[in-house]
Amino acid sequence: MQKYFSQVRSMLQNWPDLLFRGITRISAVSVLILLFAIIVSLIVGSLPSIKATGFQFLASPEWDPVTDRFGALVPIVGTLVTASISLLIAVPVSFGIALFLTELSPRWLRRPLGIAIELLAGIPSIIYGMWGLFVFAPLFGEYIEPWMSNHIGNLPIIGPFFSGPPMGIGILTAGIILAIMVIPFIASVMRDVFEVVPAMLKESAYGLGATTWEVTWNVVLPYTKIGVVGGIMLGLGRALGETMAVTFVIGNAHSLTQSLLMPGNSISSALANEFNEAVGELYTSALIELGLILFFITFVVLTFARFLLYKLGKREGKVA
Amino acid sequence: MSKLNILLKGAIMATALVTASAAFASDITGAGATFPYPIYAKWAEAYKAKSGIGMNYQSIGSGGGIKQITAKTVDFGASDMPLKPEVLEKDGLMQFPMVMGGVVPVINIKGIEAGQLKLDSKVLAEIYLGKITKWNDAAIAAENKGLELPDSAITVVHRSDGSGTTFIFTNYLSKVNDEWKSSVGEGTAVSWKVGTGGKGNEGVASYVQSIQNSIGYVEYAYALQNKMTYAQLKNREGHYVKPDDSTFKAAAAGADWEHSAGFYELLTNEPGKNSWPITGATFILMHKAQEKPETAAEVLKFFDWAYKNGGEMAASLDYVPMPEKVQHLVRSAWKNIKGTDGKAVWK
Repeated sequence: MQKYFSQVRSMLQNWPDLLFRGITRISAVSVLILLFAIIVSLIVGSLPSIKATGFQFLASPEWDPVTDRFGALVPIVGTLVTASISLLIAVPVSFGIALFLTELSPRWLRRPLGIAIELLAGIPSIIYGMWGLFVFAPLFGEYIEPWMSNHIGNLPIIGPFFSGPPMGIGILTAGIILAIMVIPFIASVMRDVFEVVPAMLKESAYGLGATTWEVTWNVVLPYTKIGVVGGIMLGLGRALGETMAVTFVIGNAHSLTQSLLMPGNSISSALANEFNEAVGELYTSALIELGLILFFITFVVLTFARFLLYKLGKREGKVA
Repeated sequence: MSKLNILLKGAIMATALVTASAAFASDITGAGATFPYPIYAKWAEAYKAKSGIGMNYQSIGSGGGIKQITAKTVDFGASDMPLKPEVLEKDGLMQFPMVMGGVVPVINIKGIEAGQLKLDSKVLAEIYLGKITKWNDAAIAAENKGLELPDSAITVVHRSDGSGTTFIFTNYLSKVNDEWKSSVGEGTAVSWKVGTGGKGNEGVASYVQSIQNSIGYVEYAYALQNKMTYAQLKNREGHYVKPDDSTFKAAAAGADWEHSAGFYELLTNEPGKNSWPITGATFILMHKAQEKPETAAEVLKFFDWAYKNGGEMAASLDYVPMPEKVQHLVRSAWKNIKGTDGKAVWK
């Protein structure tokens, strides 16, 4: 009995702690509830479309609001291709930026460069979109794309990807703009994790006669791989979901072409373009299903990243 | 800290004041098409100064406007695409035209200036079907003797977002070209055969302005304000016309409003020597049975005022006011809007 009372007393004395714990718990649980609610509402919203088209929705390149026939292949491909292009460009560049900032840059340059990168990360995406449309696309279309289709467009295998009329807008442009947008994210995460590598580890490697490159490749990267992959995933997440900037420069055409210079469409830009004026149940529902697919793609990508890290972690400590 | 507090309190009070005053003056609310938003906003401002009653218009798009008015969350909806009489009947709605505008083909070809290029309906449709792919095609050259047309591919630009502009444009092409009608059809968004999509009038305009040898279509007001190179079109009676308010008015005059049920009238391909073939009106949607007849009366008073006094303001923003004759027809149609007691709201 006495014990019970003392327990109650301590509980009463600690009520702010308990309250705080309750609040944090509610905050944490609300994330799960929100996530679940979003999934449920997306599924409910896309039911009419799922019933009408089934799995055909994923494979059909057709998108005809007049006859109510919808397929998601074009936006899915567009989303994946633009995100891949952006990572292909952004990862090496970000790696270079982070490496320069942590290992090679003179001390006085580090801070301004670091701040500049963080500022880039803070620019709203619509600015990138407008810049892409009004500044980058015309220059790209006038000087770079003609060169591409004349020189790379004739090569075997990769040629068809780079041929076509130089319009300045299209899938490649969208990928490049996305790369510019995700570079600050990936670079700043990489820089932060590179900085936490213990100096002792690096100095030991230098002491053994390793070059800067060897130290980075064999000491810094393995030590920071979780952070690096995390940073890349953060960038990929933004690239997959980015809407306004892509909408401005991707060309918004529901057509499937091999050439990266031709206009295409992405899931998020299709949603941004068409949701406002979508009339009719099936049309709206098809758009919501697109959203569900984007959700699913993001989920799969994140799971894959976790899995990759898990695999890497298992190999830790073993001689390759 | 205390400064921040004061600021915060000020902000809260300001918001409260704004919401309070908004609620007080029993404002009328509307939602829908983006195309007429500038003129509705201008009218609302002028009307508020005169009568003290504000009009709160959200330009969420025609599709959204139709949804909102069907759900009765707003006092009126606005759409660039008129609803078919049977749809109006089903949802208990009525519609009337408010202002007009035209859709204009715009081009970007080096050396060709505004109004120099002439296109007929067949050529325009075949360009958008992807059948005519070069500017020096014989069909274009035949209509444009003396004009130097380049031997280069045509880049077709269309709207990527659902839009009333697209509806008017595709409605015209469906009327004049059977292949277009069967393979593409009409709608606020269609399955385009060729081309690239720009978001909004500004998206199409910037694509056309930055891509050489391109063609697109935009609202007349937009083409005018951006000094774009428009093309002449051949109308139903075989005359080439330039887009301006006189040719839009001619198209409206040719329209048979009196016999069109529920004002379902598209001003595309209208008869008349001087008619611009791709003209369209933007519409207001209201419920025929009004649970709040006082609010409905306020709404109608606003539109009546806009018809009577808004013409000049409309013209200053490059819209075309409705002809007097049509205004009378609309006023008599307002008698169909009734309160729960069965009495007409409009007296």
